[in-house]
Amino acid sequence: MDEAERKEFLSLLQLMWTIRAFEEKVSELYAKGQVVGLLHLGIGQEGVAVGTCRALRADDYVFGGHRSHAHAIAKGADPARLLAEIAGRAAGYCRGKGGSMHLVAMDVGCVTATGVVGGTIPLALGAALVCRETGKGQIATVFFGDGAGQVGPFHESLNIASLWKLPVIFVCENNGYAEFTPLSAHTLVSRLADHAGTYNMPNVTVDGNDILAVRGAIQEAAERARSGGGPTFVECLTYRLRGHYEGDPGKYRELSEVSEWKDKDPVARFVGVLKEKGVSAGEFAAAEQQARERVDEAVRFALAAPWPSAEEVRQQVFAGD
Amino acid sequence: MAEQTYLEAIRSGLREEMVRDRSIYVLGEDVALGGPFGVTKGLAEEFGASRVLNTPISEGTVVGLAVGASLLGLRPVVEVMFIDFITLAMDQLVNHAAKLHYMSGGQLRVPMTLRVQEGAMGSCGAHHSQSLEAWFLHVPGLKVVVPSNPADAKGLLKSALRDENPVVYVEHRGLYFSRGKVPEGDYVVPIGRAALVRAGKDVTVAAFGKMVGVAEQAARQLEGEGTSVEVLDARTMCPLDLETIVASVRKTRRLVVAHEAVETGGAGAEIAAQVQQEAFHILDSPVGRVGAVFAPVPASPVLEKEFVPSKEQIMKAVRQAVKWVRPAT
Repeated sequence: MDEAERKEFLSLLQLMWTIRAFEEKVSELYAKGQVVGLLHLGIGQEGVAVGTCRALRADDYVFGGHRSHAHAIAKGADPARLLAEIAGRAAGYCRGKGGSMHLVAMDVGCVTATGVVGGTIPLALGAALVCRETGKGQIATVFFGDGAGQVGPFHESLNIASLWKLPVIFVCENNGYAEFTPLSAHTLVSRLADHAGTYNMPNVTVDGNDILAVRGAIQEAAERARSGGGPTFVECLTYRLRGHYEGDPGKYRELSEVSEWKDKDPVARFVGVLKEKGVSAGEFAAAEQQARERVDEAVRFALAAPWPSAEEVRQQVFAGD
Repeated sequence: MAEQTYLEAIRSGLREEMVRDRSIYVLGEDVALGGPFGVTKGLAEEFGASRVLNTPISEGTVVGLAVGASLLGLRPVVEVMFIDFITLAMDQLVNHAAKLHYMSGGQLRVPMTLRVQEGAMGSCGAHHSQSLEAWFLHVPGLKVVVPSNPADAKGLLKSALRDENPVVYVEHRGLYFSRGKVPEGDYVVPIGRAALVRAGKDVTVAAFGKMVGVAEQAARQLEGEGTSVEVLDARTMCPLDLETIVASVRKTRRLVVAHEAVETGGAGAEIAAQVQQEAFHILDSPVGRVGAVFAPVPASPVLEKEFVPSKEQIMKAVRQAVKWVRPAT
C-alpha cells in the first residue's frame, strides 16, 4: 500500500465513522426528544454510501431516498447543517422545511432525497439528461432500496435510461426488507439487478458491506457513463442494523439474523482490511476520534441554532415571490 | 396582428420561446412527429431531436425526468396529452414538482411546464374527456392557466415557459381550431390576471376555458331579455385573480361561475367561498355555479351533451341570480 492509498483508505474509514457517529447521535437525540420526526437510519449501510460517493466527482449529482443521511455526508455535506435540518432549525440546509427525508445540499450536488419510495429515480434521469446536454462529463447517481424495485417508475426509468443511454448510475441498497417485509414476500425476483438485464442495461451485484467492492463497481459504472456508454445498475447487498425507523421494535426479524449481519459490519470489516495492510491501531482510533469530534461539534451547532420564524411557513411556496 | 387558430398560437408561442431560450426542451409521446393534433409539428425539424424528445408511454417518469432536468437548468415542456393521463404523473407533480422549492428552503426551482388538453366532446368516453385542473388548485406550489382564445394561448404559454415555477397549461381540444387575432412578436399575458371579455351591469359571469365563449353567447342572448351580463375570463386558475372578480361583483352585485369541470369541488366552489368572505355584504344573491354533471364522462353523444354545461344552464343561473329575493326571516 503506497502513501496515497493509505491516506485515501483512512479517509474512507473516517467518513464511514462520521456517518456511524452521526446516526448514533441522531438516535440518541431522538430518544431524548431533542430531535423529532420520522427518522430512518442507515447504520450498517455506510459502505454503500461512502464506496459510491467516493468514486464520484465533486460536480456529479446524487439523489437519495428516505434513508439518506449517509448519502449526503458521503457526498460532502456539512454534518452540522444537516443535523440542524433534521432538528428543524433555520440554519439547516433547507431552513428546517425539508427534514430528515427531504435533504437537499446543492453545494455538494445532493440534489434531493424523497419520502416517496422510488420518487427520485425519474428525477435522476432528468439530471443525467442535463449532464449529457452540458457536456462536462458529469453524471447522476440515484440511491434507492429493494422496496423501490416494485414501483412502476423504477421500471419506466430503467427503460428510458437504457433507451437514451443516459449517464446515470442506479445504486440499489438491497437491505433485504421493504419496511417490515422481507424482499422474498414482495417479489420472486431475488436478484434485483436482473431487472436491469431485462432493459439491456449493464448490471452487477456486489457485497455492499465491502466498501472497496462498492467503490470498484461504481468506478467502472462512472467510467461507462462518462464515456457515453449509458447507465449501469449496481445492486449492493447490505443490511440495516437499526429498525426501519427509530422506534421500530423490529419484531419481524430474528435476533440471530441481526447478529449475523453485525459480524459483517462494514466499518469493522474495513478496519480489518486496513489492519492486514499494516495500518496501526492508533491510526484507526484517530480516524474514529476525529469523526466523533466532528459530529459532537455538529450537535452543539444544531441544538444551539435558532428555530425558523413562524412567518416562514408561508414563504417560498412559489419561487420568485 | 395576424389571425391564427388556437393550436397555431400555441405552436408559435412555443417555437418563439425555443428560439429565444436554448434551455427549453420539449418531451412527450410522439412530440417529434407533431403529436396527435399537430401542436408540436415542425419543432423537431427546426430544433433537432435532442431538444424535441419522443418518449415512451411513461407519464410519471417523463414528468419526473422533466422535474429533475428543471432543477439543473433546463426549462422542459412536457406534453402529457389528455389531462386524464396526468393521474399517472401525480406523484411527480404533487409530491416533487410542487414542493421542491419550498422543501429545499429555496435551493431548488422547478421551471417546468406541463401541457395537457381536455374537453368532453366527440364521444371519447371517460378516459379522454375529463377536466381535472381544479385538483391542482389544492396543491400549494403549482400554477394553473386555462387559455380560452388564441391570443391568450400564446401569451400565457410564453409566461408559463418563463415562470420559475411548475405551470400546468390546460388546452381545450374543442378550441384548437377556433380562430382569433394574435399579436405578433413577443406577446406575453401575465399569469394571475383575469380579463374583461364583455362589460355589463347586472350579473358577473366568471368563466374558464371553453366556457368563456359559451358565457358570451349566453350574455348576448340575455341582453335581448334586458339583462346586462359582464363576462370575465378567469384565465388563471392558480393563482386566482380574486381582485378582478370582486371588483366586478362590486359593480354587478351578483356572480355566476362557469367551468366545464364537474361542479362539485371545482374552481367555482373556491371562488364562491373567497368572494363571500371578501364581499358578502355587497352580494345581492348567492353565488351561482355552472359545471358538468357529477358523473364520469359518458361516451354516448346524447349523454355527453347532457353532461357538458350549456349556454342554457348559464342563462338559467343568471336569471336565478337576477330574480333572487332574500327570504323573509
